[in-house]
Amino acid sequence: MEERVGQLKRAGEVHGLIHLSVGQEGVAAAVCGQLRDDDAVYSGHRAHGHALAKGAPLPAVLAELMGRVDGLCKGLGGSMHLVDVEHGLLGATGVVGGNIPMALGSALAARMRGSDAVAVVFFGDGAVQAGQFNESINIATLWKLPVVFVCENNGFAEFSPRSSHTIVERVSDVVAPYDLPRETVDGNELASIWTVFGRMLAAVRAGEGPALLECLTHRLRGHYEGDPDRYREAVSKAEWQEKDPILRLQRQGAADGWLAEGDPAELEAAARAEVDEAVEAARRSPFPDEALAASLVRAGGMS
Amino acid sequence: MSDTHETTYAAAVAGAIGDAMRVDPTVFVIGEDVTAGGPFTTTAGLADEFGIERVLDTPISEATICGIAVGAAQSGLRPVLEIMYIDFITLALDQLVNQAAKAHFMSGGQLTVPMVLRTQGGAGHRSGAQHSQSMESWLTHVPGLTVVMPSRAVDAAGLLASAIADPGPVVVVENKTLYFRKETVPVHVEPVPIGKAAILRPGRDVTVVALSRLVHEALAAAEELATEGIEVEVIDPRTLVPLDLETILESVRRTNRLVVAHEAVQHGGFGAEIAAAVQHAGFDDLDAPIERVGAPFQPIPVSPPLEDAYLPGAAEVRAAVLRTLGRSEPG
Repeated sequence: MEERVGQLKRAGEVHGLIHLSVGQEGVAAAVCGQLRDDDAVYSGHRAHGHALAKGAPLPAVLAELMGRVDGLCKGLGGSMHLVDVEHGLLGATGVVGGNIPMALGSALAARMRGSDAVAVVFFGDGAVQAGQFNESINIATLWKLPVVFVCENNGFAEFSPRSSHTIVERVSDVVAPYDLPRETVDGNELASIWTVFGRMLAAVRAGEGPALLECLTHRLRGHYEGDPDRYREAVSKAEWQEKDPILRLQRQGAADGWLAEGDPAELEAAARAEVDEAVEAARRSPFPDEALAASLVRAGGMS
Repeated sequence: MSDTHETTYAAAVAGAIGDAMRVDPTVFVIGEDVTAGGPFTTTAGLADEFGIERVLDTPISEATICGIAVGAAQSGLRPVLEIMYIDFITLALDQLVNQAAKAHFMSGGQLTVPMVLRTQGGAGHRSGAQHSQSMESWLTHVPGLTVVMPSRAVDAAGLLASAIADPGPVVVVENKTLYFRKETVPVHVEPVPIGKAAILRPGRDVTVVALSRLVHEALAAAEELATEGIEVEVIDPRTLVPLDLETILESVRRTNRLVVAHEAVQHGGFGAEIAAAVQHAGFDDLDAPIERVGAPFQPIPVSPPLEDAYLPGAAEVRAAVLRTLGRSEPG
């Protein structure tokens, strides 16, 4: 999907600033795979993986990136603003750090209506230096809100390495003074994310207050598609074969016996066919019209 | 006629929030020092009646508490957020402008953000340049935000009731110098529709559209001018976005003269938007250039004589009215 989005961006069929999550698939899959539809998820500018993992239909996601009316948000949101209320994806924001307080709000709402639903917010290591992160950790711990902070630490805030923005290397250490469970895991290792997040989720759902999970990941592509990408060392192909969360899961599956030799190729072929079909469907979908846009400025339809 | 009683703007605000909380369990209050009633008693008594689970005191984290309100609203609650001074709204603008205002649009209509952000502005308390500003025009520039600015207790209560019931984000800009004016209002205040102006004094000669505190200044100027044979019509738009332009145009069709008056800095103020809209839609009805009253283009001084000189009031409205009539003050 993301490889295809990159191609479509270069072909001018996908629009705007496109941040791909190639290489960071493991976190989205392991986290969202354990959530319910009534658990709220907030994402940031790199949201495609989170949306798909939370249950957003792939054709609607692709159509949204292509600006079509059959998109998830009728073509009015785009890549950085994917929302799927039905599946609990309540917002993806393009302004770094802005999604974090909103997750607290959804967590508060869950508690006030007496539900055991939780809120999960995905953010990068760049957001940790934003004021709203620190304010949110403070309030979430103070009010013991059912929220899980999931940091995808890919080591780069936009074009700059983490070391040029802060002297604290580990995000889990940033929150050390607060009384909340915090762990750093290999974000390319799906099984360990699954286990640690699952443990945190159970505690948060049980009302024990917030938790923070730091996943060390690597984004294989630039910050956005077409960025200069001269600011870091390329990862060699051989190195990536070792790290890639999908390949690692495949090796694990083969070793444990639940994945047959021909399965990966078959799964990949099926995924490619699904994406091809979604692209064709999106191409047939019209662009939204101006009247639709005007009608959605104010809720209730008044403009 | 329904029963009336004497009250204040501040008490009317607290009363309207309480009324909403009593009938709708999803309504809650969030802000700094709200359990204590805040510096102007606008949330007084609510924590006693509804408990601290529905009246939430927060740390001094304007950005995040605004974001919490947005998230809670997206998840089905109706938060009434207080930003203690409008000057501090600068810290909450990412959440208000980038999230709350656009969520409904960007999600293709999936999300609604039924939140109210109450705040107060205005000078006159010698509070200096960071606790006295009138920043409503910034907010009117953001598609997706509804902005109301009541000048009287009855509208403060009635507009707040409508704001809490509204499906989208509504900013209520109150005024600190109006909180403790004694006013007679109905015991049971009806909701005031958003987007509907009020003609507070009829007059045939000049229309004055005034905002917030300047409404009272305009009424005082009109009273004085009436003794000189000049009948001024005073309109309070009450809602800035969406603006009830029709009521203003209808008035100008009769008076052929318009003054717009607010306390905010005149430069880039909301009066400019009203003036532009009226000259475009009612050019043929105008017999004189539209006059604007606003503060000078400088930060608000704290020294009493300077602040007094800085603030526009009845004298400035009077002078503007006379200019539209081709007259100037003697002397």
